[in-house]
Amino acid sequence: MYESLGDPHMKKSPNKWMWVAAAALAVGLLILPFLFKNYRVFQFNLVMVYAVAILGLNILTGFNGQISLGHGAFYAFGAYTAAVMMDKMGAPYWTTLPVAALFCFVFGFLVGFPALRLAGHYLALATFALAVAVPQLLKYKKIEGLTGGVQGIVLSKPEAPFSFSLFGQPLSPDRWLYFFTLAVAALMFLIAYNLLRGRVGRALIAVRDHPIAATAMGINLPVFKSLTFGVSAAFTGVAGALGAIVVAYVSPDSFTVTLSIFLLVGVVVGGLASIPGAIFGAIFIQYVPNIADELSKSAPAAIYGVLLIALMYLMPMGVMGMVKKLWARVVAPAAPLKDA
Amino acid sequence: MEAFLHQIFAGLANGCIYGSVALALVMIYQSTHHINFAQGEMATFSTFMAWAMIQAGLPYWGAFFATVAASFILGLLIQRLILRPVEKAPVLTNVIVFIGLLLIVNAMTGWIFDHTLKSFPSPFPKGTWMTTNFFTAHDVGSLIVMLVVVLSLFGFFRYTPVGLAMRAAAQNPDSARLVGIRVSWMLGLGWGLAAAIGAVAGMMVAPIVFLDPNMMAGILLYGFAAALLGGIDNPWGAVVGGFVVGVLENLLGAYVIGTELKLTVALVLIVVTLTLKPNGLFGKAVVTRV
Repeated sequence: MYESLGDPHMKKSPNKWMWVAAAALAVGLLILPFLFKNYRVFQFNLVMVYAVAILGLNILTGFNGQISLGHGAFYAFGAYTAAVMMDKMGAPYWTTLPVAALFCFVFGFLVGFPALRLAGHYLALATFALAVAVPQLLKYKKIEGLTGGVQGIVLSKPEAPFSFSLFGQPLSPDRWLYFFTLAVAALMFLIAYNLLRGRVGRALIAVRDHPIAATAMGINLPVFKSLTFGVSAAFTGVAGALGAIVVAYVSPDSFTVTLSIFLLVGVVVGGLASIPGAIFGAIFIQYVPNIADELSKSAPAAIYGVLLIALMYLMPMGVMGMVKKLWARVVAPAAPLKDA
Repeated sequence: MEAFLHQIFAGLANGCIYGSVALALVMIYQSTHHINFAQGEMATFSTFMAWAMIQAGLPYWGAFFATVAASFILGLLIQRLILRPVEKAPVLTNVIVFIGLLLIVNAMTGWIFDHTLKSFPSPFPKGTWMTTNFFTAHDVGSLIVMLVVVLSLFGFFRYTPVGLAMRAAAQNPDSARLVGIRVSWMLGLGWGLAAAIGAVAGMMVAPIVFLDPNMMAGILLYGFAAALLGGIDNPWGAVVGGFVVGVLENLLGAYVIGTELKLTVALVLIVVTLTLKPNGLFGKAVVTRV
C-alpha cells in the first residue's frame, strides 16, 4: 500500500524527464525568494519550518501509530534551546540546530518511555496534558532568568554572510534564512527518507499494524517505540529551533496546545505515513488561517475542525493519499490490477 | 492550622467540580470506550447557553434545567450525526474527529458569544445556612448538586430498564443486540448524558472562574486526572478522584510549588497514574485476549 504503484513498463524512460523536472524545481526554489516581498519570503520560511515539524510528528503518528497531541512541547523545547543559546551564550545561530536535535531526542526518548505503557486514547491524553502544561512551565518564575518569563526572548535575525542581488532584490536576512531553512529542511527530509524507506521504516509500520507479529519477527518493541519517539521529537525540535531563528522571537504563548493540534492537523491533511505529505500539511496550516482570518476572528479554528472531520470521512489518507490514487488511475487505468 | 484546613476545604470544593467533569468523561468512556477531548468545550458551550437564557430574563433554575435538556439533545445529535459514521474506525480517526469537534465547538462559542469575560451568577445566595466557616454558599451548593447528580445517575443505571440496557450495550454489544437493544442508540444516550453532566459542571464552575470560551481547558485536564486516578470505568471512582485531585492541587499549590505550576500537577498525576497504576484506584484490570 505504501509502495509506489508504477508498473514496470513505465520505468524505462522517466529518468531523463525526472532529472529535467527536478532541475527546474531546484532552480524555481532558488530564485523564488527574489520574486516576492520580504514578508512573503518570511511565510515561505515558516512553511518549511512547519514541514519539518509535521514530518517529525508523522514519523511517530503516521508510521509508528503512536498518537501525540503534544508535539508543540518538543517544538517549544527546540525553540527555547535555540533562543537561550543565542541570547544567553552568544552561540552562532546554526550551532543551535544540532543541540536542539540532541536535547529534544533525549526529551522525546524520556517521554516515549512511559508512553510504552500507553496506547491509543491514553497516549493522546497524556501528550495532550503535556501540551496544555507547556506554556505554564515556560512562564515558571524560577527559570525566568533563562527563559525571559512571560515576555519571552527577542532575538535578532542573522545577517547574510555575503551580499548580492537578483532582479533588483538584495539578499536580505529573510532571504538568507530562506536558503538556510531550505537547506536544513532538505537535509531533514533526506534523513527521514533514508530512515523510513528501508528496514527501519518497515519495522515501524509493522509495529503500528501488528505489534505482536512484529515482536515475533524479532523487532524489539520497546526500543523501537521509544527511539521513534526520540527521533520524532528531534525532528520537531530542529523545526522549533529553526522557527525561533526565522521568527526571531519566542514566548510561552506561542506554544499553546493549539500549536500541537495544528501540527496534527498538518499531518492528517498532508497524509498519514507520507513524507512529501508534510509539505502539503505545512502549506495548509500556514495559509488556511490567513484566508479564514478574513472571514472572522473565530473562523480558522472552525474551518480546521470541519476540514478535519470531513477529511476523516472522505480521504483518510490526506492529500498525498488522494494524489496517489489519482496517479494510479492515470498511470495504470484499472485493467492490469483486475486479473480475471 | 486554620489556613491548612481552609486549603483542604477549598480543595474539596474544587474537587467536586473536577469530579463532575470526570463523571462526564467516565460516562462516555463506559458506553463507547473513547475519551472525549471535546468534553470541556461542550460544557463551556452549554454554560454560555445558560448565560444567554439568564440574560434574556429566565429565572436561574429555569435556565439551568433548560440548559441541561438542550445539552442532552445536542450531545445526542453530535453522536448521531458526527460520530456514528466512525464508530468502528481506528483510534486515531476517532481522536482526530474529537479534536475537530473541540476546534469547532470552541470557535463557535467564541463566534456566537464573543471572547470577553462574563460573570455568571451563583444560585446559592450568600449568608444563608449554607455559608459556613470553611465553605462559601456556592461550594456547599455545588457539592449538593453534584451529589444529586451522582445519586440519580446511580439510580438510573441500577434501577431503570434503559439504564440496564445501556450497561448491557457497553459490556457486550453483540449479545445486547441479540436481545433487542439498539446498541448504537445507547451510545447516543451516553453522549447525551455526558453532555448534560458537563453542562452542570460548567454552570457550577462558571461563578468561580468567570465565563470565557477557554474556561474549561485547565479544568478538563483536572477532570482527566481525576477520572484516571479513580479508574476510568468507575463513576464513584471519578468522584473520589475529583476530591483527591482538588485537595492535592490546592495543598501543593499553597505549600510546595506555587500557583503557577498547577497544570503541571495534573500532567504529573496523569503520567504517574497511567504508568504506575493504569487502571486507577478503583478501576477494573482489563485483560485482553491476544
